[in-house]
Amino acid sequence: MTAKAGKDLAINGDGAVALAWKQLNPDVCAAYPITPQTIIVEDFAKYVANGEVDTEFVDVESEHSALTLCTTSSAAGARTFTATASQGLAYMWEMLPITAAMRVPVMMAVANRTVSGPININNDHGDVMSARDTGWLSIFSENVQEAYDMSIIGLKIAENPEVQLPVLVNLDGFILTHAIERMTPLESHVVKEFIGPFKPLHPLLDTDHPVTHNLMDGPLYYFPHKYQMVLAMENALGVAKDVFAQFKEISGREYHLVEEYMCDDADYVAIVLGSSFGTMKEAVDRLRAEGMKVGVAMPRVYRPWPAEELAKLVKGKKGVLVMDRHLSIGSYGPMYPEICAAAAMNGEIPKMYNFIYGLGGADTMVSDFMSCYKMVDSGAAKTVNFVGVKE
Amino acid sequence: MSGLSLKELNNEIPVRLASGHRLCAGCAESIIARQVLMGTEKDVAVSCSTGCFEVSTTIFPYTSWKVPMVHTAFGNGAAGAAGLETAYKSLKRQGKTDKDIKFVNFAGDGATYDIGLQALSGAMERGHDMLFVCFNNEAYMNTGIQRSSATEKGASTTTSWNGSESYGKKEFPKDMTAVMVAHNIPYVAQAAPHAWRDLVQKAQKAFNCGGPSFINAISPCPRGWRFASSDTISISKLAVETCVWPLFEVENGEYHLSPESQRIADGKAEKKPVTDWFASQGRFKHLMDERWSDVVEDIQIELDRRWNKLIKLSDMSSGSE
Repeated sequence: MTAKAGKDLAINGDGAVALAWKQLNPDVCAAYPITPQTIIVEDFAKYVANGEVDTEFVDVESEHSALTLCTTSSAAGARTFTATASQGLAYMWEMLPITAAMRVPVMMAVANRTVSGPININNDHGDVMSARDTGWLSIFSENVQEAYDMSIIGLKIAENPEVQLPVLVNLDGFILTHAIERMTPLESHVVKEFIGPFKPLHPLLDTDHPVTHNLMDGPLYYFPHKYQMVLAMENALGVAKDVFAQFKEISGREYHLVEEYMCDDADYVAIVLGSSFGTMKEAVDRLRAEGMKVGVAMPRVYRPWPAEELAKLVKGKKGVLVMDRHLSIGSYGPMYPEICAAAAMNGEIPKMYNFIYGLGGADTMVSDFMSCYKMVDSGAAKTVNFVGVKE
Repeated sequence: MSGLSLKELNNEIPVRLASGHRLCAGCAESIIARQVLMGTEKDVAVSCSTGCFEVSTTIFPYTSWKVPMVHTAFGNGAAGAAGLETAYKSLKRQGKTDKDIKFVNFAGDGATYDIGLQALSGAMERGHDMLFVCFNNEAYMNTGIQRSSATEKGASTTTSWNGSESYGKKEFPKDMTAVMVAHNIPYVAQAAPHAWRDLVQKAQKAFNCGGPSFINAISPCPRGWRFASSDTISISKLAVETCVWPLFEVENGEYHLSPESQRIADGKAEKKPVTDWFASQGRFKHLMDERWSDVVEDIQIELDRRWNKLIKLSDMSSGSE
């Protein structure tokens, strides 16, 4: 499905990302097909075939080459996008920290899918969590509209001179990639003005000013160079807030580092990523109707980690439910220790519970999430809980 | 470029790789790279696969490169160069650059024959206008002389030792040049650094062929092959004289032996026995022991088979002209 911009559309998440890409009009796109990402590059390839974009589209032979090609073409001076999921992201992994360390703002859509084995094509966050420590910005979407919006916002943050880091734009596999929802796109000229031209730093194609990219660092330089990335991530928090404000002006849609729903007066708050944020809002509504004071929040921006906002969110709560759609087997879900660390900034830490849910696409319904809150309230919850699994 | 005299090459092509680098004394890689980079007067942007050459020319905060250079990882040099070329193609088409730039990736045999094979095959198949150069020093030298699929049969390496029960590497090397010919790209060649005029001419043809090209250059390695660092050029010559490394090019599928190898094929120069090759390097020293005479004979037979096949391919191409 390819789409026109401007008026409201019925479109799936992959199609919405492809539409954003068309409007952003990258110089280079290289990708390798993998379910459930494939529709993005298929739709985009149609825009290329019909001359609707200026992009050089490269059908590479692997994800490893896809990210390599994107990385060096970005370093050369081209605005560059790719997309992948699951095994594809795993296959790219070697390149992920290199792309980030080269400080090239490549944008990658990740149609979140679990990683093998056993092989499974359905949604969880196992793929992108493996990229957590690589120096990429990572942004999550709750629905199709947000997958579109975050593609535009993500690029704007990544290309900011104070940031200059690559960005992962996450959308839940099938739940968003293949679900058709109503979506309001921006006019193409509005997107074009919002994003502006790509201004590469030290492009390799500037042969009058030759530079060497990605040299070998000894111990004297490696650590300081990593620290520069730490500073860039810190800058990204402020830049993201600015970009959200600018985006509101052109779209009327408002985004925050941490999205909150009914959290202010809540006894218990849950923290969740991606499409389950929507499911949990419904669970909150039903529990509130029953008289339970509960809320839910989503870190919109997962990297950089908005620790201060999360610390503020959990302050004084009776209990916090950290919902992880991935598991470090033998430890916790990936978000749990990070929420605990954020909470520790307050001095007093609420009761902290980890709920592992929905691995490999296991359906997690409104009623399942309602049960999680009730388990916490009744004292039945353990530190780590496996939603829907008979223990 | 009007000619190919040393004086003209020296005066007309700017130095692109500075002499200040940290390759070993006697390493052929920088010699080959400088010869390749003499193959075009146009601007050049370079990509390097991880390896001795990349490490030794880019130790932060220094760089030996006077032209743009990018390195990412070990197995993906071809994709790295393809990225530069794709960005160029896009920006050129959109009128965002008015430069005229050539692209080349330098890689060792590990980054060509083994871990880099997939990315290389992909880039060649897609037709990127780029040159891929293999410095074939016949083992993983950067990690300390481990065998690769380019290592010759009988060579002792740190993962294929000679010992009481072993004569070294058991297998014949992969014919990577033939693998690249099978991609039906416009230009493929085998080269050697002692034959500098031949190598520069091959680089010129590669840069100007209008599509993907591949040069496989033998790169004698004093440390890994165990010879004196002053002997690099004579060892390179001996590789050709023994037909261990014949010089030839394949233009649009047509094989042509290069002058030095053609003279051997024509009987105008001596075809030296492989034992001369073995005697010149410590990695083969054990093969001089009589207990491995069958192995030496076996290697000579296979080298002759490959050499005779190459002569036939070259004759076929000449006959078709």
